[in-house]
Amino acid sequence: MSLLTLENLTASYGSSQALFGVDLTMAEGEVTALMGRNGMGKSTTVKAICRMIASQGGLVLDGQDLHRLPSHKVAQLGVGLVPEGRRCFADLTVRENLIAAARPGQWSLASVTALFPRLGERAGQRAASLSGGEQQMLAVGRALMTNPRLLILDEATEGLAPIIRQEIWAALRHLKQETGMAILVIDKSLKELRRVSDRAVLLARGKTAWAGRMADLTSDISEKYVGV
Amino acid sequence: MRLKETYLNAAVLLGLLAVPLFALVTDEPFTITLVTRAVILALAAVGLNIALGIGGLVSFGHAVFFGLGGYAMGILAHHAQTYTAMDFGAFSIAGTKVMPVIWVVAVTLCALVALLIGLLSLRTSGVYFIMITLAFGQMFFYFAISWAQYGGEDGLSIYVRNDFPGLNTLVPIQYFGICFVLLALALLLFHRLQNAPFGLALNAARQTAARVETVGLTPMHLKLVAFVISGVITGLAGALFADLNRFVSPSMFSWQLSGELIVLIIIGGVGRLMGPVIGACVFVALEHLLGGLTVYWHIYLGLILLSIVLFARGGVIGLLTGKEGAHV
Repeated sequence: MSLLTLENLTASYGSSQALFGVDLTMAEGEVTALMGRNGMGKSTTVKAICRMIASQGGLVLDGQDLHRLPSHKVAQLGVGLVPEGRRCFADLTVRENLIAAARPGQWSLASVTALFPRLGERAGQRAASLSGGEQQMLAVGRALMTNPRLLILDEATEGLAPIIRQEIWAALRHLKQETGMAILVIDKSLKELRRVSDRAVLLARGKTAWAGRMADLTSDISEKYVGV
Repeated sequence: MRLKETYLNAAVLLGLLAVPLFALVTDEPFTITLVTRAVILALAAVGLNIALGIGGLVSFGHAVFFGLGGYAMGILAHHAQTYTAMDFGAFSIAGTKVMPVIWVVAVTLCALVALLIGLLSLRTSGVYFIMITLAFGQMFFYFAISWAQYGGEDGLSIYVRNDFPGLNTLVPIQYFGICFVLLALALLLFHRLQNAPFGLALNAARQTAARVETVGLTPMHLKLVAFVISGVITGLAGALFADLNRFVSPSMFSWQLSGELIVLIIIGGVGRLMGPVIGACVFVALEHLLGGLTVYWHIYLGLILLSIVLFARGGVIGLLTGKEGAHV
């Protein structure tokens, strides 16, 4: 049985429709890349999954209709979001950011700081005083502290130095291999997405244009829908 | 010089203990009563500091809880001292002169009212939240004024201070001791709350509610729990305050009192553990020293408040420790 199913999902911002029928299926432990050009509905799809905007159609997590739930319930069911633009709690320290989000499970302060040693070194520092890359690690760490079954990363490496990107990609590969967590990842780097993802879903004009195994994603298709 | 906040906090608490003890030795009971007043106002403001300092909830109606605590004490003691029962039609309840019982009644009452006010007012935010809490405060104020059975506008006098098992509450230093212990317990609770996951999440919800939801927490629940705890502590302070003066009046419900509690916190430092304590000491000291010189002493208080808001955003604690923010 699949973990997450989106069926003909539509959503609007006021009077302008953003999603026109997104289909997406994720299995337990699977890494899926959500791809598409700017403005094709990637972030909107993520917001719809997390119930941060209203949507219609099929939206089911492990047999539960998410449309019936408010966003905090979706998070409690095990959807951990690393939002676009990091969005840490600026006035709290690194440690406090992590504790504030904690829910019981295998991920704890110790395991998150083992995954990102920099967070351990900066435990007492205010989130606002961290570098962009460290804030991004904190955002990932905070999502892990909720012990999600499905981790969603929206542009987690955007605007970061190459060396920091490598650390984040390495952490994702580690998560995939060691924990078998399902991950939905949005990113600009096709090369890295190919390395980590099992499957890919390509959006065009708010609809699923192509979905399949990452290995089957030819450069013709990616050129057509993503531009690389 | 920059002090470490922990040392500053310890010094303030020790000072708060030392002054009444010194006054005891030099036989100046009035000074002890003055410090007791500061301790009780500090307790009320510690309560508000949970909502205001950690949760960012600018409640302009915390006098509701202060007044409820006061009237709970006044009414119970009134019936006990006049040997009359409170008549509820179908049943009647006798009054009591035992402080801990009065406190339990005051705290329960405040928790229920805070829950109700919180449920209604926390749906709003910003200036609307300020206005709706102010409106609740005024409602209680005018109700108390019209409540002729318990003195109406004149208030209600209690002849003797209530009893605490094993102590003589009429001895100033002993009553001070009771109030100081309760303040210390409230400070301990504040400290624990601020650093517990609950307090951190509440702090996070103050910064951005939507982000808190994405990690599975509900800002409304966090704020409501904080508001109830906050109201309960302020209510307890109200009961103590009424017992200190042996008098309750509608002024305990007044919006000026709500405002004063906010001012105390701003003077000391918003969201700081000892902010309300320092604020209350400064407030009571000014009231006593300047109030003796001029009836317009509030002008000086206003100037001090103005300079703190303009030049020392972290209040007295921020100024002394060199750290503006309450956090870190």
